[in-house]
Amino acid sequence: MNRIDKKFQELRRENTRAFMPYLCAGDPTPQLTTKLLLTLEEAGADLIELGVPFSDPIADGPTIQRASERALKHRTSLHQILDLVRELRQLTDIPIALMSYYNPIFRMGEGAFCEAARDAGVDGVIVPDLPVEEAQPLLEVAPMYNLATIFLVAPTSPPERMKNIAASSTGFIYCVSLTGVTGVRNTLSDEVAPMIAELRKHTDKPISVGFGVSTPEQAKQVAEVADGVIVGSAIINVVEEHINDEAKLLTAVKQFASELAAGVKA
Amino acid sequence: MQQLPDASGHFGQFGGRYVPETLMPALLELEEAYVTLKDNPDFQTEFQSYLREYVGRPNPLYYAERLTQTLGGAKIYLKREDLNHTGAHKINSAIGQILLARWMGKKRIIAETGAGQHGVATATVAAKFDMECEVYMGEEDIERQALNVFRMQLMGTKVVPVNSGSRTLKDAINACFRDWVTNVRTTYLLLGSVVGAHPYPMIVRDFQAIIGQEAKAQILEQEGKLPDCVVACVGGGSNSLGMFYPFYHDESVRLIGVEAAGESIRSGRHAAPLTAGSVGVFHGAKCYLLQEDDGQITPAHSISAGLDYPGVGPEHSYYRETGRAEYYPITDKEAVEGFQLLSETEGIIPALESAHAIAYLRELAPQLGKDKVIAVCLSGRGDKDVYTIAKELGITL
Repeated sequence: MNRIDKKFQELRRENTRAFMPYLCAGDPTPQLTTKLLLTLEEAGADLIELGVPFSDPIADGPTIQRASERALKHRTSLHQILDLVRELRQLTDIPIALMSYYNPIFRMGEGAFCEAARDAGVDGVIVPDLPVEEAQPLLEVAPMYNLATIFLVAPTSPPERMKNIAASSTGFIYCVSLTGVTGVRNTLSDEVAPMIAELRKHTDKPISVGFGVSTPEQAKQVAEVADGVIVGSAIINVVEEHINDEAKLLTAVKQFASELAAGVKA
Repeated sequence: MQQLPDASGHFGQFGGRYVPETLMPALLELEEAYVTLKDNPDFQTEFQSYLREYVGRPNPLYYAERLTQTLGGAKIYLKREDLNHTGAHKINSAIGQILLARWMGKKRIIAETGAGQHGVATATVAAKFDMECEVYMGEEDIERQALNVFRMQLMGTKVVPVNSGSRTLKDAINACFRDWVTNVRTTYLLLGSVVGAHPYPMIVRDFQAIIGQEAKAQILEQEGKLPDCVVACVGGGSNSLGMFYPFYHDESVRLIGVEAAGESIRSGRHAAPLTAGSVGVFHGAKCYLLQEDDGQITPAHSISAGLDYPGVGPEHSYYRETGRAEYYPITDKEAVEGFQLLSETEGIIPALESAHAIAYLRELAPQLGKDKVIAVCLSGRGDKDVYTIAKELGITL
């Protein structure tokens, strides 16, 4: 069984929610990505969303744009990220979903990508600029490699689209909390609860919420309605703050991630 | 007859809708609105009336006699888009789209711009139709197109500098998409070229097709036959597609697009995806583009801000793949020579973008011979580029 499915089954049995932090692979360096990922696991992460940096990240706000630029300075490629996951698999069994814009995957070829991802130990893939209408080539091959295809639902998605997106998704469904790009927000969007209520009518698959979730308090609010809570930019802000001091960076990330995890599990 | 694009917005393998889910419902809504409107006689009447009374269409198809004599080959006609209100072809699609936006009940307009011509066209129609307007422009382009920045501001548009990535057109489009994802319920994204996700490449093409429709009627009247070649510059590809599309089924007519070769194709510093790019997915569509092996987008380079774009419209990608159109590269240096050539022989100062098409005529016209006819799209006028040209020629203004 796919590690993502297994994790959500476990959490359901325990009646608890998933804490799912996002990291941009290669930010600030590929070496630190490995350490950060393990630190997040220690802090209570249930699943890691590992971002593949892209030159033109249209769904991302300034924080992840900067993270991508830093990662691309090291020329972090999809191949290297798969190598990184392969090495990580010696150290951890935490579920890993890759979040990549479509072009790097298209460039590698869906078949080659899915095979390489499976071999490296990746469990799922999230492609923010690939709506279900264009996803046929990926949907045809991903199941052959036991790779979850996680699609996004937005506040603008009407019920009929939600239904199709839910049907195409495996692992979990990624609920975008707001109309906007990724990034820290002061308050949680009030569109989350009604969106999840609608989505639940069409599926019993796990639903995780991301975009804008920034504080332990917001994480707690999301965990009241969703199965998983995704936090990205808020963690990267902590990374940025201590970018020149690795020890401090890891301590601070661990501290913040533990608080987020406590929020999710509260 | 084959429909381009097909029902799902593809031109063969190209095109499509590669956008965040948040935008998908908006694209579907836009497509529905456009399909309803485009066959509505009242809409067409209003669109045509603005093109006539406000833009100043039809503009001439002008026989460039001295240019023809100088090059000593085929007869050259210029489709004078430079004579439109605002000085370029961009206004055609801006008018069409703002009517569409008004019909959809949108009150806020956003747009991207490279050379500033599309920004100016958008600012113009936003002023005329009393809509709030913000135009995203790369910082590098703001520097090289200061005149157009001020024109936009004069008309009440806010020009938003974009300082991410290569600080040019591609990054302005990224910023536009991010704004649209955030404000999609109230905002109309007025794209300037035949790029982006379906239905934009189709909408912009249809509104720009007036160029080729007029040119076709005019050449038939003046020459009594179709042209042998139709030539236009290609950045994203809106003036060229507007020019080509009405000739698509006239198989005797060669369609020739001229891309920006920048410093040179070999240098890698160019903006010629159809000549030297590969297939990928960028800004919402599958198309030819400049990219690294691992799928990162390579910044483009061209002396002309309007051509400085690493992708190209999906329909051009399809024309190239099927061989319906041919595409050739022209370097910065050659474009400057084309700019001077047209200025000196015809008293017409072309936009640097259009100067690429002119420069290619030096090769094409003699090759074709005197019994042949070429129709070239002169997509814009060159006032905006005089500082760039002066700098290039080592002259201080």
